[in-house]
Amino acid sequence: MTQSVVIQVGQCGNQIGCCFWDLALREHAAVNQKAIYDEAISSFFRNVDTRVVGDGGSISKGKICSLKARAVLIDMEEGVVNEILQGPLRDVFDSKQLITDISGSGNNWAVGHKVFGSLYQEQILEKLRKSAEHCDCLQCFFVIHSMGGGTGSGLGTFLLKVLEDEFPEVYKFVTSVYPSGEDDVITSPYNSMLAMKELNEHADCVLPIDNQSLFDIISKIDLMVNSGKLGTAIKPKSLVTSSAGAFKKRQEKPFDAMNNIVANLLLNLTSSARFEGSLNMDLNEISMNLVPFPQLHYLVSSLTPLYTLADVNIPSRRLDQMFSDAFSKDHQLIRADPKHSLYLACALMVRGNVQISDLRRNIERLKPSLRFVSWNQEGWKTSLCSVPPVGHSHSLLALANNTCVKPTFIELRERFMRLYKKRAHLHHYLQIEGMEESCFTEAMSSLSALIQEYNQLDATKSMPAEDLPRLRIAV
Amino acid sequence: MEPKVINQTLSKAAHSGRWKYGQHSCFCQKQGSGNNWAYGYSVHGPRHEESIMNLIQKEVEKCDSLNGFFIIMSMAGGTGSGLGAFVTQNLQDQYSNSLKMNQIIWPYGTGEVIVQNYNSILTLSHLYRSSDALLIHENDAVHKICAKLMNIKQISFRDINQVLAHQLGSVFQPTYSGEGSFHYRRNPLGDLMENLVPHPEFKMLGVRNIPQMSENSLAYSTFTWAGLLKHLRQMLISNAKMEEGIDWQVRPPLSGLPTLGKMSLNKEFHFNTSIANLVILRGKDVHSAELGAFKDPALYTSWLEPVHAFSVWKTQRAFSKYEKSAALVSNSQFLVKPLDMIVGKAWNMFASKAYIHQYTKFGIEEEDFLDSFTLLEQVIASYCNLGF
Repeated sequence: MTQSVVIQVGQCGNQIGCCFWDLALREHAAVNQKAIYDEAISSFFRNVDTRVVGDGGSISKGKICSLKARAVLIDMEEGVVNEILQGPLRDVFDSKQLITDISGSGNNWAVGHKVFGSLYQEQILEKLRKSAEHCDCLQCFFVIHSMGGGTGSGLGTFLLKVLEDEFPEVYKFVTSVYPSGEDDVITSPYNSMLAMKELNEHADCVLPIDNQSLFDIISKIDLMVNSGKLGTAIKPKSLVTSSAGAFKKRQEKPFDAMNNIVANLLLNLTSSARFEGSLNMDLNEISMNLVPFPQLHYLVSSLTPLYTLADVNIPSRRLDQMFSDAFSKDHQLIRADPKHSLYLACALMVRGNVQISDLRRNIERLKPSLRFVSWNQEGWKTSLCSVPPVGHSHSLLALANNTCVKPTFIELRERFMRLYKKRAHLHHYLQIEGMEESCFTEAMSSLSALIQEYNQLDATKSMPAEDLPRLRIAV
Repeated sequence: MEPKVINQTLSKAAHSGRWKYGQHSCFCQKQGSGNNWAYGYSVHGPRHEESIMNLIQKEVEKCDSLNGFFIIMSMAGGTGSGLGAFVTQNLQDQYSNSLKMNQIIWPYGTGEVIVQNYNSILTLSHLYRSSDALLIHENDAVHKICAKLMNIKQISFRDINQVLAHQLGSVFQPTYSGEGSFHYRRNPLGDLMENLVPHPEFKMLGVRNIPQMSENSLAYSTFTWAGLLKHLRQMLISNAKMEEGIDWQVRPPLSGLPTLGKMSLNKEFHFNTSIANLVILRGKDVHSAELGAFKDPALYTSWLEPVHAFSVWKTQRAFSKYEKSAALVSNSQFLVKPLDMIVGKAWNMFASKAYIHQYTKFGIEEEDFLDSFTLLEQVIASYCNLGF
């Protein structure tokens, strides 16, 4: 069994991370009734005897003593991290695994990347090495950050280069929150563009998310909950947005519901690697199957179901509905319409009491309405994990490598151009040591090249799939 | 190369109360091959070569008389396919006098793993060079058997594996070594290979069973050897994967007349030419079974006499819950179409160079892919030309 380390950077990253750890604890508590420290839980948590001072406290087997998250928390402001450390999750985090500063990055990618990057490089390396040492077999780093700010965007992407150099064999999965149209940070296009270049070059897989989509999903759920239709009571604890659990009484902060969706995404992504099932899928298989060309590693994700109705008997029609929903544009975590774009590859990660025949039946059913690239007509990767998420009997996470990410990138480029043409706020960046105009132009061309690759693939959409002439053998 | 499945397997066996795996008979690591054939073959292989071969050596030493090795693996993933191919190669080097048969799971046509076609062609081409015979089971076929014949509504992998195990059992359970003999066959693996693989270019074997049905249906059925064998023969010549939906229109070409043209891969109804067949009969009155129809020279390719091409094993002892049952292991054109499909899809993907960087990262270059394609196109062509 392998372990993963979560690195949460910046305000957004840390808030999402906090929800993630809460949910992870809940999930393992539900599965692991006997409180034994087993391999599944060791993928994200260490078992520590807190009475032992210093580093010797790690326990590898037996009863759970005290769980510590395999996490590194980084923020250049103290507010968010302090709040986490004073909140109900304070014992889950190892106080030595934090890096904080006071002044913050001022929504400036250059400050996060260049200034704090060089300032904290040694410390970051040290914390990362420590967490890697605690792992038997480290497979994956999960980086959570936002693209629009300064710390998450700048320092978060600086980290990627460090990870690549120091841990070349470990996968880097990046969960990036992209700014939506009505983002209130004026310089977010600059920050996002500069961060994109780093993601292009140093991440293995990126899961783009945008706030607007998360918000739309929440609205949908609220509508359902409040519609009060007869006989459609929602099962408690089943909302993909709910963070209720041991901490029911806690005041829900405004972004909590949205962050929980992302937390669920990460849990479902790793479920097949942690728990048993009839068709396992490890994290290294995600990159292998979904990234046909090194540059095209942006995966659009969708989660279903969003809630479970209290109806105990779930006919297979509901199951099929779950599969259909995964492909609808209302369930995507980024604004995208995969059904009307071109699929390069698609992964379906199913949890719960679903068998291979259900999976196959639904693939057959949905295939005709989806367009796959000519050289990957049957580009499906599937996995079945027997353990369902808390509050559901089954769930589905769909990861698609689809050209529908292109509009997001094009919009990003346009917003960037609007600012850059006027050279608005540019001086805030250029005054930082190490920053030059070429940083901007290089980032632009990197993004343009990426968009171009997607364009080329889209162009093949309308061409009929032809079989290429095969090798001829002299008989 | 990762622990979850082995742990499950060991505990399931121990729970049966009747048998279990040896305590030290397993080898696993922490991180799998990520569906990457190159990783299984080039990284895990050399890294763990010594430990794995030592483990095998220990088992070999416990044997009085080693028939050979039976390697069970899939083609679509990374470990079964890549490491499986590596181990088979090592077995050939280290135990060159022993026979090797690889039991291969042919993946579903529509995706279990996106790079399954690459992994498959690399596996098949390597095994063709180092193994003696490939016993192939297709997931799609077994799935249909579960759905249509066994009447299972929600098919799980457990159901599929159950059918597979039954097929293997029907072949390898003991049979008598000759007509009227009271000794059991000492070397089924060797006998099987001797009968079925007369030429190294033709190594692909398929299995067909009859009857195959759920417990409920069994209660209402009776069987005669004549009926079973008639169906089995038609399954052979029409390339049916199971007892239902057999095409009775297909007939062997009239002996003496040349077959009409080369086998076309696109034609719907074509006759399945065999190189060699083995029929295994288990059950009551097995001596009364009439097998003349299987000795018809029209079934076979011209360069092998039916007396050499066809063999039969028998035992009075019934197998599983079937009063009478018959199994067919065939070296014929059974697998040409599936092979052609996989090679075609892999070729299309290869032309666009998709995913190749994942393989070159671990030392499998485009050259290796091309070698695999060449070898397999040769195999396809050879099998297609059997009709002459």
